[in-house]
Amino acid sequence: MTIMIDTGNYIAAKAAVMARPAVVPAYPITPQTTLVEGIANYVKTGEFKGEYICVESEHSAMCACIGASAAGVRTFTGTSSHGLLLMHEMLHWAALARLPIVMCNINRTVGPGWNIWPDENDSISQRDTGWIQFYCSSNQEIFDTVIQAFKLAENEKVLLPVMINYNAFILSHTSMPVEIPKQKEIDDFLSKYKPRWKLDVDNPITFGNIILPADYEKIRKDMQNSSENAKKLIPEIAKEWKKIFGRYHGDLIEKYRCDGAEYILLAMGAIGAESKVAIDNLRKEGLKVGLARVRTFRPFPKEEILKLGKQADLIVIDRNISVGSEGALFSEVKAALYDKSDAKVYGFIAGLGGKDVPYTDIEKICKKSINGKAKDCEWYNLEGV
Amino acid sequence: MSSQELVEIVFHGRGGQGSVTAANLFVTAALKDGNKGVQAFPFFGAERRGAPVRAFARISGDEIHLRSEIYTPDIVIVLDESIMGIVDVLKGLRKDGTILINTTKKPEDFDFSKKYNVATVDATGIALKHDILVGGIPVVNTPILGAVPKILNRVTLKSIQTVIKNKWKGEGGEINVKAAQDAYEEVEVNF
Repeated sequence: MTIMIDTGNYIAAKAAVMARPAVVPAYPITPQTTLVEGIANYVKTGEFKGEYICVESEHSAMCACIGASAAGVRTFTGTSSHGLLLMHEMLHWAALARLPIVMCNINRTVGPGWNIWPDENDSISQRDTGWIQFYCSSNQEIFDTVIQAFKLAENEKVLLPVMINYNAFILSHTSMPVEIPKQKEIDDFLSKYKPRWKLDVDNPITFGNIILPADYEKIRKDMQNSSENAKKLIPEIAKEWKKIFGRYHGDLIEKYRCDGAEYILLAMGAIGAESKVAIDNLRKEGLKVGLARVRTFRPFPKEEILKLGKQADLIVIDRNISVGSEGALFSEVKAALYDKSDAKVYGFIAGLGGKDVPYTDIEKICKKSINGKAKDCEWYNLEGV
Repeated sequence: MSSQELVEIVFHGRGGQGSVTAANLFVTAALKDGNKGVQAFPFFGAERRGAPVRAFARISGDEIHLRSEIYTPDIVIVLDESIMGIVDVLKGLRKDGTILINTTKKPEDFDFSKKYNVATVDATGIALKHDILVGGIPVVNTPILGAVPKILNRVTLKSIQTVIKNKWKGEGGEINVKAAQDAYEEVEVNF
């Protein structure tokens, strides 16, 4: 084990290369650029022995991932914001074709107005593509999740692609110390990918052919079953990782000081880390507040959230907005509780377009909820609209 | 300052002067000196050569959960004195905070030396003396880091010199190490 101090993007590049993918097709976009630069540099140093393909767009990047993965090899890519949106059609394709592609998406605001700063509308709008979605809050979690994601995606009970999301700049360009295991340890943890089927000229099969209505529904139900399987596997893999490497970032959610909490704050990504500082301060003031950092938005941890809703009232911060409705996490949390819990749920929109969300604001959001002064779905700290 | 407390630092410089590299080298040295939690990040956004830029660093005895900007730094480091007329470098500096400036002036020459701890070092002069130039411009980030152990006991000159040597191998590293040493010896403080 060595300690590497580097940015989220370079850490993700390191993790991706240590997972030994055979193919990495990528197209650069701010703020993902240094991730693919990092991988390109490992081509130069010889540490990455796979095929690095410079493609002409993100749509092509995902097409190349699909081709490579269908040919039976481990495949990785990274993108951000408009790049992810350009991939949209192929994201559905990758998931329905049951290809265990792993991709980092650096959460960046969608334009116009043109904005390179963090918010989560890019990945939230890919919610229904069938991809498993993780949201990370530290560079160590990025490293560990990239490795774990291959194990999860390639499990025969899952076979779904995995998107690892982390906030633009706040993680992608911030240096933090990260424990890097030895290559041998990663190789032992992540056995060689053995595809169940593949494109093979010596053994031709039809791939993605027309399918009639009665059978198509079975495909969708099978994806849903596999996503449920992922819910069980994510904690198992996290437990195995903890046993070997001593690090643990939570299962589908990470609970922080929830014991005896009468209010539990739910947040994703970097706000989920900053919230720990707010929770510590609120606890010092005697307020019984805990944190549940949602790590996977898909599969959605509805059973865990229902448990929280039976214990406490819930406060939700969304760094996204489903225009015409409300924050996506807020909606899903309420749906998880429907008819089974009397908990009050308060929703806040904060940090869109990269607006900073410091712990002092998170404390105010919690206090406003506790004091019963929060509106149904409130835009926090927004003036003049 | 106790060995566990969070310390927040803002670097002010101009694009191309290496403020971000300074922040990265600083936290790498701080980790070596036993500060388990460290973080370094640039101002988030587009940067232009020559324009005023900021970089940030945090060190702590524990893991750092903060992900927000630094609003109330404990230490401000100014790599280019000329930006002090256009950027309020003292903004948010804590009451007991320290400002380290690359200048030929003495700490007492600054009005705010009555209110804050002020440290001064001629990092540009040191860079010129050692002929540390990139594109004809003196590199001030390595010399100024040498002055930091004099104002903050959480990081040692030895670790700063080690990380400089690790980043620039050979002769290039050696002259930067000497520049850091000079800054350490020449820095003047009003406290």
